[in-house]
Amino acid sequence: MPGITREEVSHLARLSRLELQDEELDHFAEQLDVIIGAVARVGEIAADDIPPTSHPLPLTNVMRPDVVRPSLTPEQALSGAPAAEQQRFKVPQILGED
Amino acid sequence: MTVIDLMPYEDALTAYDPVMGLEVHVELGTATKMFCGCSTSLGAEPNSQVCPTCLGMPGSLPVVNATAVESAIKIGLALNCEIAEWCRFARKNYFYPDMPKNFQTSQYDEPIAYDGYLDVEVDGETFRVEIERAHMEEDTGKSTHVGGATGRIHGAVHSLLDYNRAGIPLIEIVTKPIVGAGERAPQVAKAYVAELRELIKALGVSEARMEMGQMRCDVNLSLRPHGQEKFGTRSETKNVNSLRSVERAARFEIQRHAAVLSSGGTVVQETRHFHEDDGSTTSGRIKEEAEDYRYFPEPDLVPVAPSREWVEELRAGLPELPRVRRMRLQADWGLSDHEMQSVLNAGAIDLIVATIDAGAPADQARKWWMGELARRANEDGTDIAALPITPAQVARVAALVSDGSLNDKLARQVIEGVLAGEGEPDEVVDKRGLKVVSDEGALGAAVDEAIAANAGIAEKVRSGKVAAAGALVGAVMKATRGQADAARVRELILERLGVQG
Repeated sequence: MPGITREEVSHLARLSRLELQDEELDHFAEQLDVIIGAVARVGEIAADDIPPTSHPLPLTNVMRPDVVRPSLTPEQALSGAPAAEQQRFKVPQILGED
Repeated sequence: MTVIDLMPYEDALTAYDPVMGLEVHVELGTATKMFCGCSTSLGAEPNSQVCPTCLGMPGSLPVVNATAVESAIKIGLALNCEIAEWCRFARKNYFYPDMPKNFQTSQYDEPIAYDGYLDVEVDGETFRVEIERAHMEEDTGKSTHVGGATGRIHGAVHSLLDYNRAGIPLIEIVTKPIVGAGERAPQVAKAYVAELRELIKALGVSEARMEMGQMRCDVNLSLRPHGQEKFGTRSETKNVNSLRSVERAARFEIQRHAAVLSSGGTVVQETRHFHEDDGSTTSGRIKEEAEDYRYFPEPDLVPVAPSREWVEELRAGLPELPRVRRMRLQADWGLSDHEMQSVLNAGAIDLIVATIDAGAPADQARKWWMGELARRANEDGTDIAALPITPAQVARVAALVSDGSLNDKLARQVIEGVLAGEGEPDEVVDKRGLKVVSDEGALGAAVDEAIAANAGIAEKVRSGKVAAAGALVGAVMKATRGQADAARVRELILERLGVQG
């Protein structure tokens, strides 16, 4: 079974903007390995005749009409924000261009 | 600021063959967002059009907007695409606060529309742009960066987010690599975006106003030496937001890439920012590693499987498409290919149609838009539609000319006044005193004076040299500072000198 490497954990951490210590990299690599291993066992059972399933229900075309429904008030929307300014969500300095 | 080396355009094209890819985002004009019932109307208070779904709150569930799907299918059909029988949404994961969910709901390898084309006209020739795909996704929130130079992210200490725009339906339309355009690549890019904008407007799915960000273009460009099959390294110039800018951005990148390559350098694969002021691009984010968005099928949305009956119904209901309409108008207006192309290039078709609808004859409507107003737009470096004059106002000017109140020279001054914000055409006429002198008494006096002052010429006319009357007409026009009806002046002169015109 292919194991997840420290490099892969490090890459994921970077994508998520998480700063991980060396010992954390080892720790998470081990944990993620177990999870991936468990999922991989499903793959062993599923034969070629079973397509990968993204949705458990055989539903399609669940849509709503284009009709406006009430939104939250700005106060409600911002009530859970750690910080707000000028009725906007305030976030720390963004590093790197979009 | 570093100086960017550019190779002269002609030299660049002599050495290299440009390949382009255009990605256009269109904000749909639906009443609500893509996955929730929040309003999409513009100009609302910050964060007043948000709900748990578009804020990405735990436990909220998205539901697809049926009208947005319908619009996507219409766009696909109008672009001659196949419409997927079954497709899914996918999560595009990235770390940036413009999406509160920390992912954008998009489509990945199963776009709703794929494999189409759009024919565009360049220099009277048809160029076919192949369409790779058109897929559904959602717009992001709006960031304001605080603390650095005005509005710039560099040096900002923090940023403020308004999520009213987050979740507004977007259709992203991606071309296949555009090859074989050669030196006309920038023109093809502009013509393609222009044609696409016309198409979107004709379908009624969006107003596609580029200046409002309702339609945005990313220009991917690379160069390869002539004869080489393999594409060169591309740059991606983001958010180019006018037709003129699309052309300028492509041209600039051709010149920049050529300078890099010819000096033995390598083009860096990166995103670039376009600057409206001088038409240049500057380096943005370097794409040293392949983007890692970890796409996966969106578990909260079930697949979209448009029935063939629905697709055919939409196909049957498509409006007259812009290219077909242009051919019809060209015939109605009696224009040559070249003349019609000029009207299209000037972006004046709808303006002329609206002016005709407001009562002006076709030739007059075209004359004013393609003459005075096109020249003015060109001088100001703006789109003609952005000029502060309406088709109804142009129609009024044309009406004043045809009823003899204005001559062409005065009409130009009226247009100038309207553009300068002096009011409606009639107000400008009053304020500037631009009426044609039609008071027969005043005109008669001016004619008498001209005859008296030019006795020699008057004698020639009397003796039958009618052509000489032109000099007298000129004298009267000069005396009335151009505000006389030249035809009437001529009549009066001939009358007084007792000759038949």
